[in-house]
Amino acid sequence: MSERMVETDGKPRTRRDARRALGPYGRVQRAVNELDERIGIAKGGRTFLDKIFPDHWSFMLGEVALYSFVVLLATGVFLTLYYVPSSTTVVYHGAYRPLDGMRMSEAYASTVNLSFAVRAGLLMRQMHHWAADVFVGSIVVHMARIFFTGAFRKPRELNWTIGITLLILAIFNGFIGYSLPDDLISGTGIRIAYSILLSIPFVGSYLAFFLFGGPYPGGIILERFYIIHVLILPLIIIGLIGAHLGLLVRQKHTQFPGRGRTEHNVVGSPMFPTFMAKTTGFMLMVTGVLGVLGGYAQINPIWQFGPYQPPKISYAVQPDWYMGWLDGALRIMPSWEFTAWGHTVPWEVFLPAVVFPGLVFNICLAWPMIERRFTKDFELHNLLDRPRDRPKRTAAGAAMIALLFTVFGASSTDVLANYFHLSLNQVLWFFRIAVILVPIITGLVTWKICVEMQGTPGAVKRKRAMVVSRTASGEYVAVPAEERPGDEHHELEPEPVPVRIDLEPQPVGVAVATAPTAEPGVRRVRR
Amino acid sequence: MSDSEEDHASGDRLGTPTAVTLRASQADDPHMRDAARYPRRVELIVALFFIAGIAGVCAFGAAYVENAGTQVYGATLFIGLFCLGFGLTAWGKYLMPQGPFVEERHSLASGEQAREALAAALVERTGIVVKRRKVLGGLLVTGMGIFGIVAAFPLIRSLGPRPRSSLFVTNWKKGSLLVSQTGRPVHRTDMQVGGILTVFPKGKQSTPTAQAVDQTVLIRVQSTELVTMKGRGDWAPDGYVAYSKVCTHLGCPVGLYEQEFELLVCPCHQSMFNVRDGAFPVFGPAPRPLPQLPIYFDSTGFLRARAPYNQPVGPGFWERTTEGNGKASAT
Repeated sequence: MSERMVETDGKPRTRRDARRALGPYGRVQRAVNELDERIGIAKGGRTFLDKIFPDHWSFMLGEVALYSFVVLLATGVFLTLYYVPSSTTVVYHGAYRPLDGMRMSEAYASTVNLSFAVRAGLLMRQMHHWAADVFVGSIVVHMARIFFTGAFRKPRELNWTIGITLLILAIFNGFIGYSLPDDLISGTGIRIAYSILLSIPFVGSYLAFFLFGGPYPGGIILERFYIIHVLILPLIIIGLIGAHLGLLVRQKHTQFPGRGRTEHNVVGSPMFPTFMAKTTGFMLMVTGVLGVLGGYAQINPIWQFGPYQPPKISYAVQPDWYMGWLDGALRIMPSWEFTAWGHTVPWEVFLPAVVFPGLVFNICLAWPMIERRFTKDFELHNLLDRPRDRPKRTAAGAAMIALLFTVFGASSTDVLANYFHLSLNQVLWFFRIAVILVPIITGLVTWKICVEMQGTPGAVKRKRAMVVSRTASGEYVAVPAEERPGDEHHELEPEPVPVRIDLEPQPVGVAVATAPTAEPGVRRVRR
Repeated sequence: MSDSEEDHASGDRLGTPTAVTLRASQADDPHMRDAARYPRRVELIVALFFIAGIAGVCAFGAAYVENAGTQVYGATLFIGLFCLGFGLTAWGKYLMPQGPFVEERHSLASGEQAREALAAALVERTGIVVKRRKVLGGLLVTGMGIFGIVAAFPLIRSLGPRPRSSLFVTNWKKGSLLVSQTGRPVHRTDMQVGGILTVFPKGKQSTPTAQAVDQTVLIRVQSTELVTMKGRGDWAPDGYVAYSKVCTHLGCPVGLYEQEFELLVCPCHQSMFNVRDGAFPVFGPAPRPLPQLPIYFDSTGFLRARAPYNQPVGPGFWERTTEGNGKASAT
């Protein structure tokens, strides 16, 4: 830089001279120089722009979560400007006539108000709610991708843990968020949350009293939920997302095995401009889809539920989808309350609502360790597994998903009984049995399918082609075609498959200039 | 042009292209070329999407000005952002360098020596504190530890009062007048058989705290069909029977009354309580009967509580005793 300055010898006379003095990259060069001299961005910045992103579609699931979180932040800030976190009773006189003159909490009144009296308020509220549902959903699907492809293995156990923590926080914040409007359904949800806290042995009543500021309803819970929802949990979530992405950049992406892809490289398209363009476009698309959901798909119409009053309740009380599995578990649990020595343990609440989710999340958190215990695999892994090549892991994951889906289904026993004209008792017992059988059957079937698919690598193999020809005398003759590679095996004969997909690049006339070769002798892992 | 076409062909058309390291500004590198076979067509499509997107976001602005309603906002926002995003993604996918590029992955581990140096520094320098100045270290740890404990008091203890007896009591007193949510007392002639009403102790009917805890469901059943439990002989005059409305499962209001079978049903988790038989749970996860409020007619014929509930209402908790737990203690 200084060299060039010396060359011009003094002040540049015209603008063009000034531009020329900056070199071929103009003002950008100058900005880079200024920054680099102070904080040294050039080397790291260039590496960052060159960061390679694998081009597989399944890597997009985490992006859905990230961008719905961006939408959550934007719409959420809008909502805070109108929502009033207050349990104070007011008499409603607003834009929504059917509720005129009703007594309700200020929180409920302000939510109705921002839905009807604030321009685009309802759009923002519904987008926020949809974004929350999509956020949790995409985290779950993203997590399933990580699980079934083994991306959580060493060295990424820590990022897996952060991901699970994010899921737990997202569920909590979702619950607290939909509780804020103080409508009849969410108020009942808060009441249930209080009772669940109460069910914890030894400390339950203290926990409930400290969170609610006294015996239910406490009168301060909306204010507390509000600050938890808009400040405390979002801060933690933002911090953890930062750590999640930071670790991702530091450890680089995993990738599916394939030609030229090894444990020691990443193949794909660069951060700038290709990935930037694709991901920014994707963010806009996610926002657009959430926009149309918020505009057309009505969600949580609190003005139809009415304000929360402790003695009131409505029929078919169901939480948002990500709480459904806990509600279902509560419904199918037998009424096992344990009382002895002057104390009560409400197992019928504590087991399904505290122990069960605790177990599920702890199994998820500990899974990398659990798996390592069985495989004795302490190697670093950057190449992903095909789910079929890990039948036991895939079976375990499928069984867990089946279990969660079954208890989720159990959260609508009353609706199912009504819809199919069955007795509630039949539906209840169906789910009590299904919750045990469905995961076992799913696990076994998945395991079998994986093993079968492994056994026949080219699952649909060619039969030998027959060449039919006509002789000069008009006779037709069928002759088997020449043998081609792969023909020696009958399609039903299983062929042993290597643990990993063949990584050796096939030289097919393409000049292998800088192509990295496959890692020789990739370690076989005991399954 | 012709040789670049060839590069293109050999790089992208036949088989999988070989991954290369991303180099600095190599405009003639085939990897830096558009992935599209017909870039002009893709440009046109991207342009069309961008124009649709611009139209969409403009329409969103216009819709806002016109106050056109939530549906129009949603539709225009979708058209605008989705089209812009789709165009940009297509631009990235078809008109930007696709490679495949390869990035070498370097080991993050620092090596044996550096690790040992770190461990040595940690152990040896900690030794300076722990071994040589044991007393100082001990004092510091004691101070910080005490602070950790006392800090929990303002941070946690201040959040709410201790439960003490508050989970055991309600506002129902001996002689409390039963009133509806509007404050109207209940006369012996007010309800038919099969009638149901939510009642509160007079004076507390409009406070949320009392509503949440004191809510009591008053039902009139055929007095001859009522199974009277031992010790509750005079609790339900004329078939008027009062139970706590707080479900013993999770505290939802037991708000549905199945008149035909005389069952109180909790809509949350479908616990059912037999009204004629001491509100015992006959279905669902609720573990205990709804506590019964003993009531009587005063001299003017209005219903009053004979006594408070003889047990805590609502869901179970650790400090709850076995008192009032169903048939065993009732008979």
